[in-house]
Amino acid sequence: MISIENLYKRFGKNQVLKGIDLEIEEGGIFAVLGPNGSGKTTLIKSILGMVVPNSGSIKLNGKAVKNDWKYRNNIDYLPQIANFPGNLSVKELIRMIKDLRAHKTTGDKELIELFRLEPFLDKKLSNLSGGTKQKVNLVLTFMFDSPLIILDEPTTGLDPISHIRLKQLIQREKDKGKTILITSHIMSFVEEIADEIVFLLEGKIYFKGDIPALKTKTGQPDFEHAIASILTSSYDKDIKV
Amino acid sequence: MIKILKYSFYDLMRSRWSYVYFLFYLLLGLVLLFLNNDLSKAVITLMNVIIILVPLIGTIFGVMYYYNSKEFTELLLAQPVKRSSIFLGQYLGVSLSLAMSLVIGLGLPFIFYGIFNSDAIGNFSLLLITGALLTLIFTALAFVIALTNDNKIKGFGYAILLWLFLAVIYDGIFLMSLVFFEDYPLDKFSLITTMLNPIDLSRVLILLKMDISALLGYTGAVFQKFFGTNLGIILSSLMLILWVSIPLFLIKRISGRKDF
Repeated sequence: MISIENLYKRFGKNQVLKGIDLEIEEGGIFAVLGPNGSGKTTLIKSILGMVVPNSGSIKLNGKAVKNDWKYRNNIDYLPQIANFPGNLSVKELIRMIKDLRAHKTTGDKELIELFRLEPFLDKKLSNLSGGTKQKVNLVLTFMFDSPLIILDEPTTGLDPISHIRLKQLIQREKDKGKTILITSHIMSFVEEIADEIVFLLEGKIYFKGDIPALKTKTGQPDFEHAIASILTSSYDKDIKV
Repeated sequence: MIKILKYSFYDLMRSRWSYVYFLFYLLLGLVLLFLNNDLSKAVITLMNVIIILVPLIGTIFGVMYYYNSKEFTELLLAQPVKRSSIFLGQYLGVSLSLAMSLVIGLGLPFIFYGIFNSDAIGNFSLLLITGALLTLIFTALAFVIALTNDNKIKGFGYAILLWLFLAVIYDGIFLMSLVFFEDYPLDKFSLITTMLNPIDLSRVLILLKMDISALLGYTGAVFQKFFGTNLGIILSSLMLILWVSIPLFLIKRISGRKDF
């Protein structure tokens, strides 16, 4: 599905991605993890074409994404921060995003029901709370039926019920055979839904595999401690240097 | 691009600031007509206001809109849309809604006053056209500045500096150099200097049209002499169009290479 070769990206003096090689197969939930500043968002934005890599290649289904924009018809993306034009209503925003996409079949009605957004449809976006905005954000992402879904911190600001619904939604999309890429800092959420972990450390892939393999590698009995042990060993290294 | 334009235009037309801007011009037009009772004088006063205010509002609105819609722009960038369409669409949304506030806000009182039955109709339309062009120019420049500066405060600072320079400082330097080099022939120099600043250029454009270039002193006389009224207006208009197209080209180019 996605194949990334030797990807480098630098922002000014800050080398964020230092040669990423990554192969993501079709179908399943992949969690991209790593400490702050490890390059998770940069990696995701490179796949989406929002960040232009310094070198290396990204291919989606065998086709290079560079200088192309039509391929984004096959990706649904949930950005980290939800902020929309304040004077449009929720309805108008949904219509606008639909307008921009080639696939017109959408499941927005069902999603609006799922997240109980009906009372907000005619409200201006500037009057919505952070959590409600995040729900609108989720509707915008999941209403299209694309084979690749990228979620950047999807749980931010959600109440427990919406959180559960989101998990069900992700599971349902996975069952349709879709590929889902998630970043999150909430380890219990990741442990519950992820099939595979991609762990980024200092701009490189430190680990790729499923959760049992990660536990074996770190010698830790549970997932949260396994992640913590990677992080502490990397912090220790920093201190020694 | 049209789709992006449509929605950012919708969004802006409902914003409070668009109304404030519209009402300001409406009020200004009404007050001037009542106080002056003379269309031509009202047009000149308006020109003096427009030539300073329109660039200021254009730059501030442009920069503000860009930074405010940053997160939404990221969402749009992940959609199957060309980058240049996103930014040109947003740019046109801002500049057209500003230009509309100006044209309708000033147009209404003048229409009620009876501009269509008056000789000042030509001057008045030219005033609105240059006002609209200045909006297009300075919003485009604001977008260029915002695109090249991720830091909001810096972006605002540069935008204000640009306005201050073109609206105030430029003229000061120009006048000082005229005084300083008064022993030399300065016709060509002043001509070129005026051409290079869209604000000065708009002023000259309107004054040439009104045939009161004597009021403008040196610059106007030079323009009159060099171009005769018609050629002068054509050249100035071309120059203003260039002032719109160069920043537009830059928006397209910078947005194509930028990381978001």
